[in-house]
Amino acid sequence: MTSAACVQDVTKEYRMDGGTVRALRGVSLEVPEGDYVAIMGPSGSGKSTLLNLLGCLDRPTSGRIMLGDKDVTRASDDQLSEIRASRIGFVFQSYNLIPQLTVLENIEVPLYYQGRFASDDRRRCLELAEMVGLSDRLKHRPTQLSGGQQQRVAIARSLANDPYFMLADEPTGNLDSVTAAEILELLVELNHNGKTIIMVTHETDIGRQAKRIIQLKDGMILEKE
Amino acid sequence: MTFLWFRTWQLGVKSLLLHPLRSLLTVLGIFIGTASVIWLLAIGEGISRKAQEQIESLGANNIIVRSIKPPSEVTEGMGRLLSYGILRNDYERLHETIPTVERILPIREMRRRFGFSSRMVDGRLVGCTPQYAEVTRLEVDRGRFISDGDLRDRHNYCVLAADLATRLFPFEDPIGRSVRVERDYYVVLGVMKPRAPSAGIGGSLAAQEFDNDVYIPITTLWNRIGDTVFTARSGSFEAEQIELSQITLRVDEVKNVLETADLVKETLERYHRIKDYGVTVPLELLEQARTTRLMFIIFMGLIAAISLLVGGIGIMNIMLATVTERTREIGIRRALGAKRGDIIRQFLVETIVLSTVGGITGVLGGLTVGPVLRLILAALEKTTPQVMAQLPEIIRTATPVIVPWSIPLAFGISVTIGIIFGLYPARRAAAMDPIEALRHE
Repeated sequence: MTSAACVQDVTKEYRMDGGTVRALRGVSLEVPEGDYVAIMGPSGSGKSTLLNLLGCLDRPTSGRIMLGDKDVTRASDDQLSEIRASRIGFVFQSYNLIPQLTVLENIEVPLYYQGRFASDDRRRCLELAEMVGLSDRLKHRPTQLSGGQQQRVAIARSLANDPYFMLADEPTGNLDSVTAAEILELLVELNHNGKTIIMVTHETDIGRQAKRIIQLKDGMILEKE
Repeated sequence: MTFLWFRTWQLGVKSLLLHPLRSLLTVLGIFIGTASVIWLLAIGEGISRKAQEQIESLGANNIIVRSIKPPSEVTEGMGRLLSYGILRNDYERLHETIPTVERILPIREMRRRFGFSSRMVDGRLVGCTPQYAEVTRLEVDRGRFISDGDLRDRHNYCVLAADLATRLFPFEDPIGRSVRVERDYYVVLGVMKPRAPSAGIGGSLAAQEFDNDVYIPITTLWNRIGDTVFTARSGSFEAEQIELSQITLRVDEVKNVLETADLVKETLERYHRIKDYGVTVPLELLEQARTTRLMFIIFMGLIAAISLLVGGIGIMNIMLATVTERTREIGIRRALGAKRGDIIRQFLVETIVLSTVGGITGVLGGLTVGPVLRLILAALEKTTPQVMAQLPEIIRTATPVIVPWSIPLAFGISVTIGIIFGLYPARRAAAMDPIEALRHE
């Protein structure tokens, strides 16, 4: 079985004015297809750094990162953009929809940056909107939607390009508990249908929804459950 | 691919419409810049073309010598009878000594009142020869001009300018009737066609008009009126003795004009102790006018370029603000797979839209220069007539002429400025670290 993501002994250092900050000190991790992983840890543990590396927003200082069968360790900025466009789906804490676009247009954005747009893409986006229960809100702007609805749009958007995995960064952080539960339910359902999900959270309750939890502390993995 | 481009444009327009007033003001900057290029060049062209026309109407082949009253310091102590100006002897000398002169006309003119029945009209009495009409490009409308026979026999004949004829004879046909000048009567031989004024000569800036002229044979004028003109001034009489007001020389070929002009000046200098004449060479004026025109275009272009530059800075300013404001959006787009190039294109499209809209409306605004300027001048005439009266006539009456190449030029510059000034903000947007941008509040 191929893995959606494979991280091998990755370190990440940031140069600050004071000196070097070592955010990750040798992390190895494998996420098989169909997995649902929660990356947990206190702030400063390096979970955001790991998320950025998995999301191809940044490159590691050393080590190796494979997404599917692609080595992204030394990819150029444009190559990373291409991988993000075609193979990664982001879900953010604050939804991060583009305010001047409608719901449907927001879902289409990743396809747009793949440099292609065919008629079945449009159909696919409509299906995704239906899947997250927003087919009656297609022409609405993000500001006209509730937080939960916005996060649903973001989830639909993250799936538009059929990614290796969905990267969810505190997806329920801005939501009330009822809506949060709905969103988590949606994630579980998506995982059941075969989607690979990597979620970053600092709440244990939410982390428990995942199949397994990876605890990070001081840039290292503590334990695997 | 076309669809994606279409989406980029659509998105650009959408983002601009998010802040309609801001976009409008930015467009306004480019609009003013573009329109002012067309406006200023059109006004400059209008004025210089008018000046050129006036000079050309003097005739590029001509050299004009005119009597000028010397300044009072020079004439002091000369007594009551002031005698100055070009002489009949000058005419003879010029006539006989310069071989390149094809035609030479002696002219004597003075202000007079002309009467017919009970009507009186002020005008200019011009004593001249039959060639006068040809050299000054006057055309006969009805009747005939003065002939050699009239000149030889010193007939009391006259020919009227169009405007004066209609004022003196509003109801009658002037031909064959007698016009009264002081105590003499002149039979009207013909009426001339109207003619546009030509540039001022003999050091005067005022345009020379031909509307109120009455032409008589110069021999008749010498015979009837003589050389001396009396004027009553503050209680005392003053008399001026002038033999000729003007000599117009026509040179055989344009290339000989400047050389001949030098000869004319030398000849006159030898016989005139004081500078009581002026020599005007329209060809020189024409060349000066061409230089002036070029200066004008450069100057006007510079002003317009500055206003376009200001417009461009406006675009840059707004785009920088927009980029900062939309940092988060840039972060999202980068996370979703936008390359740096995509971000550059997105922001550049917005500036291109702004500058193109500004450019197109600016061109349209520029084309209105004629009617709008007329309105402005009319409004100024009404509100501040004194200021208007001080403006040179050429500025008051010039009609702007749109220079055809100024339209693509203005449009091209405005779009280019949009791109140049949009490039930096766009690059700055693209250079942002996506992680930082996503964190931006």
